[in-house]
Amino acid sequence: MCHQTVCLVARHLEANGIPTLCLGSALDIFSAGRPPRATFVDYPLGHSAGKAFDPADQLAVVRAALGGFLSLKDAGAILRLPNAWGDEAWRVDAAATRGEDSRQPRDETPQFQFASDRDAALASGALKA
Amino acid sequence: MSVNYMQAIRARYEALGYTPYRWYEADDTPPWTAMRKPLAAARVGLLSTSGAYVRGQVAYHYKDDTSIRALPSAVPTQDLRFSHITENYLVDAKRDPNCILPLAQLRALRDEGVIGSLAERVFSCMGGVYSQRRVREQVAPAVLEGLRAEQVDCALLVAM
Repeated sequence: MCHQTVCLVARHLEANGIPTLCLGSALDIFSAGRPPRATFVDYPLGHSAGKAFDPADQLAVVRAALGGFLSLKDAGAILRLPNAWGDEAWRVDAAATRGEDSRQPRDETPQFQFASDRDAALASGALKA
Repeated sequence: MSVNYMQAIRARYEALGYTPYRWYEADDTPPWTAMRKPLAAARVGLLSTSGAYVRGQVAYHYKDDTSIRALPSAVPTQDLRFSHITENYLVDAKRDPNCILPLAQLRALRDEGVIGSLAERVFSCMGGVYSQRRVREQVAPAVLEGLRAEQVDCALLVAM
């Protein structure tokens, strides 16, 4: 869903004069949503900017992605990075057509990562008691 | 072979008895704005759909939250937090935010001269918004306004 959202936002920005480059790891959603420029890295969702605790990989992914600003010349083209995740077992779960709904309940109250974040938001005045 | 998420999610929702989700499928040529200067001279903006917020800000909620947050691009990594309807994809990001929010990378590429500069404020949203109309009418204009205020020459949009 996030990939669809970036496609829609990128199109709006581009139509209003800002060159964009979308970076993500769902090739089919990018192919359908056709953002102006996109870079695809074939990693599990949640790692569009590289492998966790691997600064060299993270830098390589973002550096290569930004290269798309120069190399992509046709609207809707997708640059595919050669990076490989390594262990490919994640694909089985990602492509599963059966299973429980992994999403959180659609609640309308702020969902702080830590309870103490709520106190910090109250203290800053961002959150009204 | 890359994962076909649209097909998998359609099938999963159908098996759970939900109405099939109608994904956005473009049938036109995407809009296009040419780069006006080399990347090494460009001020780069950032949007992350990961639901990132800074400690002290209000977290996102899970029901088509269309608000955005401005995060200082110099924010210490330990002050970054996340809230997103698909929390299951954030397990690694909560331990190392740079795997989804590339601030350390963009700061390094700026210091190296690959990009001219990095916007002082970057933006986040909770990208799991099911209503495409709300993305177009609420999220996209807010991001445009923020990036314009930051006077960026181009923007990197990182999807989760």
